[in-house]
Amino acid sequence: DGRPKWDNKFQYILSCIGFAVGLGNVWRFPYLCQIHGGGAFLFIALLFEGIPLLHLELALGQCLRKGSIGAWNTISPYLGGVGVGSWMVSVLVSLYYNTVLTWVMWYFINSFQEPLPWSVCPLNENRTGLNEECYKSTAVNYFWYRKTLNITPDVTESGTLQWWLILCLATCWAIVYLCTIRGIETTGKAIYVTAIFPYLVLTIFLIHGLTLPGATDGLAYLFTPNLNTLKNPQVWLDAATQIFFSLSLAFGGLIAFSSYNPPKNDCEKDAVTVAIVNSVTSLYASIPVFSVLGFKATTGYWDCLDRNIISIINEFDLPEESIMRQNYTAWLTFLNSSYPEKIAGLKLKSCDLQEFLDQSVSGTGLAFIIFTQAIILMPGSQAWAILFFTMLFCLGLSSMFGNIEGVFTPLLELRIIPKSIPKELLSGIICLICFLVALCFTLGSGSYWIDVFDSYAGSLPLLVLAFFEVIGVAYVYKIERFSKDVKWMTGRKPNLYWQITWKFISPLLLLIVFVAFVTLQIQKPPSYAAWNPKYEGFPMKEEKVYPPWVLAICVLLVLLPSVFIPLVALFHLIKQTCGSKD
Amino acid sequence: RISNVLVCNVTDRVSFWFVVTDSSKNVTTVPGSEVEAAIRMNRNRINSAFLLSDKTLQFLKITSTLSPPVEPSTPVWLIVFGVVLCLIVAGIVFLVVAGIQQRKKKNKESTERENLEEKGEVTGTLENGIPCEALDLKAGHINGVFAADDERFTSL
Repeated sequence: DGRPKWDNKFQYILSCIGFAVGLGNVWRFPYLCQIHGGGAFLFIALLFEGIPLLHLELALGQCLRKGSIGAWNTISPYLGGVGVGSWMVSVLVSLYYNTVLTWVMWYFINSFQEPLPWSVCPLNENRTGLNEECYKSTAVNYFWYRKTLNITPDVTESGTLQWWLILCLATCWAIVYLCTIRGIETTGKAIYVTAIFPYLVLTIFLIHGLTLPGATDGLAYLFTPNLNTLKNPQVWLDAATQIFFSLSLAFGGLIAFSSYNPPKNDCEKDAVTVAIVNSVTSLYASIPVFSVLGFKATTGYWDCLDRNIISIINEFDLPEESIMRQNYTAWLTFLNSSYPEKIAGLKLKSCDLQEFLDQSVSGTGLAFIIFTQAIILMPGSQAWAILFFTMLFCLGLSSMFGNIEGVFTPLLELRIIPKSIPKELLSGIICLICFLVALCFTLGSGSYWIDVFDSYAGSLPLLVLAFFEVIGVAYVYKIERFSKDVKWMTGRKPNLYWQITWKFISPLLLLIVFVAFVTLQIQKPPSYAAWNPKYEGFPMKEEKVYPPWVLAICVLLVLLPSVFIPLVALFHLIKQTCGSKD
Repeated sequence: RISNVLVCNVTDRVSFWFVVTDSSKNVTTVPGSEVEAAIRMNRNRINSAFLLSDKTLQFLKITSTLSPPVEPSTPVWLIVFGVVLCLIVAGIVFLVVAGIQQRKKKNKESTERENLEEKGEVTGTLENGIPCEALDLKAGHINGVFAADDERFTSL
């Protein structure tokens, strides 16, 4: 019937998995696991929130064979706003997500140098020492904050456009255009590489990571459950939101993907498969991440010890290799008891492995600061850096396919685009517009804005949209009708688990998460951590509060997708009443 | 010349004080600041003379100047970037051109089919490839297979 379709089932499953498995699986999940000690609660969130919503979206797209806007208009014209909201969120996320890929690309093309540019500090002007900002923090920090972002000390100071980031941004959008030029015809081919390659690299890192010294410390740290944290409601909130965003629900991309399926396809099995693969990937990714973090912590600890040992040896004129790491503590206690003033005068830093392990970061900090530092310490660091950044790029790119498809498919179906415009031109226009808007993220304050977008556009609206999705299908479309449709597609009626979760548990859970999220947000004024070299506590980041106009933008980002739900419903209500009056 | 070496304060580590004399200027000692400057410039040579490094041979009060990192004339990343960009642009151009060609072929095929249908009407009506004049349309033929069994037809 002229609608494009997947070449085979494997392409479809791979696209869904690629969309769900993204950067968050590598840099957010391990952090959460570490902070909250183990991931048992994530399993519960998956079971009652993730899988039901996933099944719902895949079944919806497959049954109605339309993108998000068309699908929700078909369910009920009053719910058309949900589709528009999903489309809006996909647009907003596409804008900033590709800028993260720009940073990955920048690091990738810088990985071909010897030595790696983030391993050495540049010299200051008169060549007597290292650059001050670099010396006070570390070379890795300097490369990220100064050489890559050229970050301004405040979100209100925009700084200038960074030309190297503009080049990389153009390249990234060109790559996205190349892969999505004809919709799923081209992404279906590209997904074979971008979805499978990260698993290869993760396996290589897993094998290498486990051979590194200190890996076992890192892994033990990751997998020791900390039962005290379960009492903290923030833990449960983080788990619920993590599962939610990790599966890329409410973007409209999954609906778009499944709308290209043949109608008689087992969407229940697909949903369970995608959810399980996503969670297994998160767990699988956390093993090499924590091996490498353990290695980094151990190396940092050894460096700390070595520096102390050198100071002690120099002070007491002891022969070389008299104090080793193993007998350091024995020597220190002996010398401290005999010559306490001398030891105090040395101002030794206390070296604690636990403290190094506790330095955990999530998000961009994990990839661009901590991991790059660990890579410098490995032999053959260029190869490891290239592998790592290619993997991150593939992970992000396959998620971008889903985002762009969530934008592209509804536009193709809305009759505002004349049929004479070829698909290539439409996708080119979308990519060009997104590139031009995303240029503002290449300013000096760009990374602060990306945090704003990530925290506000990519979080709350999704909860709202998902809530209305479940309510819409369960109570407006009616669950019996939906079950019949699913039965027609898969051959069997959805069992009690699906019925209960769709009708009661998922909406309730979403409501609780939404309310908890909002209450926690409004308890304290939103703040951000700024990188300010002139701050007294430098290299610690300075905590600053968002000025009112930035807060207004945050609120706008939350409202923009969500407001369509009441607006469209109101519009149809008015049309209905006017029509009935006539 | 052993007379130039004096052994004094024995320390645990190998250490020495030295003065530099200028034999051309009547054996006067060279001032300390000049010696310091000279050591700073030639640190590498002095280190390698002793087969030591900056970490194992320490000159008190003289910090070593650092050598700047080697920077190639064109930054390496620009080269890699150029390669990546060329590949991508080539890919896009290829796909766009292929799409345009495919569209042209489809248009040509549909116009050819239309032409073929028109041609059929001009050269004489064809009925399943058999020219109609050969068929005897007026008389009609009785098909023996069906006409034989009268019983099979239901009676009205």
